[in-house]
Amino acid sequence: MATLTYRDALNQALREEMLRDDRVFLMGEEVAQYDGAYKVSRGLLKEFGPRRVVDTPIAELGFTGIGVGAAMVGLRPIIEMMTWNFALLAIDQIVNSAAKMRYMSGGQIGMPIVFRGPGGAALQLAAQHSQAFESWYAHIPGLKVVAPATPADAKGLLKASIRDDNPVVFIEGEMLYNLKGEVPEDDHVVPIGVADIKRAGKDVTIICHSKTVGPALKAAEALAAEGIDAEVIDLRSIRPLDTETILNSVGKTNRCVVAEEGWAFAGVGAQVVDTIQREAFDSLDAPILRVTGADVPMPYNKHLERAAKVDASKIQDAAKKVLYL
Amino acid sequence: MTTTAPGGKTRAVDQATQALHRGYLRQMLLIRRFEEKTGEAYSLGKIGGFCHLYIGQEAVAVGAMATLRPDDHVITAYREHGQALARGLSARSVMAELYGKATGSSGGKGGSMHIFDAAKGFLGGHGIVGSHIPLAAGVAFAHKYRGGDQVCLCFFGEAAANIGAFHETLNMAELWDLPVVFVIENNGYGMGTAVARAAAITNFADRGAAYGMASEQVDGQNVLTVREAFDRAVARARKQSKPTLLEIKTYRYVGHSMSDAAHGTYRSKEEVDQYRQKDPIAILEDLMRAAGYWDDARHQALDAEVMAEVADSVTFAEESPDPDPSALFRDVYAEEGHT
Repeated sequence: MATLTYRDALNQALREEMLRDDRVFLMGEEVAQYDGAYKVSRGLLKEFGPRRVVDTPIAELGFTGIGVGAAMVGLRPIIEMMTWNFALLAIDQIVNSAAKMRYMSGGQIGMPIVFRGPGGAALQLAAQHSQAFESWYAHIPGLKVVAPATPADAKGLLKASIRDDNPVVFIEGEMLYNLKGEVPEDDHVVPIGVADIKRAGKDVTIICHSKTVGPALKAAEALAAEGIDAEVIDLRSIRPLDTETILNSVGKTNRCVVAEEGWAFAGVGAQVVDTIQREAFDSLDAPILRVTGADVPMPYNKHLERAAKVDASKIQDAAKKVLYL
Repeated sequence: MTTTAPGGKTRAVDQATQALHRGYLRQMLLIRRFEEKTGEAYSLGKIGGFCHLYIGQEAVAVGAMATLRPDDHVITAYREHGQALARGLSARSVMAELYGKATGSSGGKGGSMHIFDAAKGFLGGHGIVGSHIPLAAGVAFAHKYRGGDQVCLCFFGEAAANIGAFHETLNMAELWDLPVVFVIENNGYGMGTAVARAAAITNFADRGAAYGMASEQVDGQNVLTVREAFDRAVARARKQSKPTLLEIKTYRYVGHSMSDAAHGTYRSKEEVDQYRQKDPIAILEDLMRAAGYWDDARHQALDAEVMAEVADSVTFAEESPDPDPSALFRDVYAEEGHT
């Protein structure tokens, strides 16, 4: 296995899938000549040319719709959002066009498209550039939502998303792009809808995804030092949600914390908690706690920002609370 | 009919042209009768939801579709029953869709606003004003990507030319030389808002200039004029891979939707009556009559034929089954996750 950054793992996935299938093309702002705003598409223009790596004007609604239209007649577009904050300009195309096309056409029109780019907060980018939108898209039937936390999952899930015949919202993490990890070489495809137990444990389940996986693992280590054996489940896919892995874990630990970068209200964790209370009510020995971003627009000041974000100590505290410690 | 050729010689209209004109007339009359029947069925509660009729605008769809090949694509908004019929969808499949039946063009899942027929290159039927404009450019992008010479026609009302998607798309379509024809059907009103109350520039064809795009304003009540304009635009797309913006001046005799009166709040009866004097069906019939290959008897026979086709579509829709309850959860996602 090679050690790669999350960024390069995504780059490999793009390159391999473009080599594999001529119908796959990449479109977005600065994806070609600039090599990608975050360099995820580095080298692709040089290798594949401007037919398949297409720079667009700043027109998210327009180029996202162009991707959707191309998918309607059988191409397999990858539409890069420079960040998911800007995708709000294009959400009409993702929700009203892509997610509904197959259904409202009575199954006649397919929609094999990936919308991808970084989501969530980086550092001190303030209110308009620091938002996690997983739950918005996961709310919509017809969409799949994927948010990988490691380089291996980033590569494997992006390859699966590009091969999927459904519209996939693929949310990366700007703060994860430099994260290094081992990535299997061959044709590494991670199926959508399968969570991953990042750390096995028996005392408490910590459910997380994307940028909260790192803090959750750190919290688990700190808990281990206190004699608490936490199990860390990385959802990887938000929709479809791997309820089986969640319920098996909670059935074993009887206690659960759900962490996510986004806001609490109608968040991903709300759906997870709903599933657990309905399907595993009798397993629970304590109410489930959620660790989320503070219910405020993100402040610029770095101390305030830190206070607003999920971190390892907040997860650790929540885990101890559900253990009544 | 005789026409004056260059040099002053007159020649008779040949049989093929007569047949073509009769074909256009038949399509326009079919759309008219179909929409009248749709209005009736809606009033009887047989058709639900929003329902937007095309009466008055028939020449636009018929003149446009006449220029297409079977492998071309059409994408449109929610006032699309007439366009679907002109593209060759059967009256049965469209009426059954309006009735929400399993035999409808979208299996009863789309309704009036979402008529699709992939085999006929009819890509909907979209309900958010203007949001299908970029989809058309995407379809054209795919045609060009694959190296084909197919064309995509995109229909929308003039009110859709005020939304951002229109401007973003026209910019990219011209920038990338996409084989697409953007068709503004200017019927004078965006729902109840007159053009002059919504648009700083009411001559919509002028908007092509902002993007360096070829554009043309066309009389939408004469099907032959419409056809000629589309011939030019479609050829530009097919042969030069260049987009065109067409503004077709037309008028709807009926309200915006079935819940809107034909006249009253935002336009007068006199105005509607005045436009009825420029009826697209009458204009073509007068022309054919003047040239000697049309008369009352032929009109009555054609009308009876078309009425029978519409009546048959209603019977078919009435007798067709509703979708199976299992259809509720079908086609949300592709059956096979991976290819």
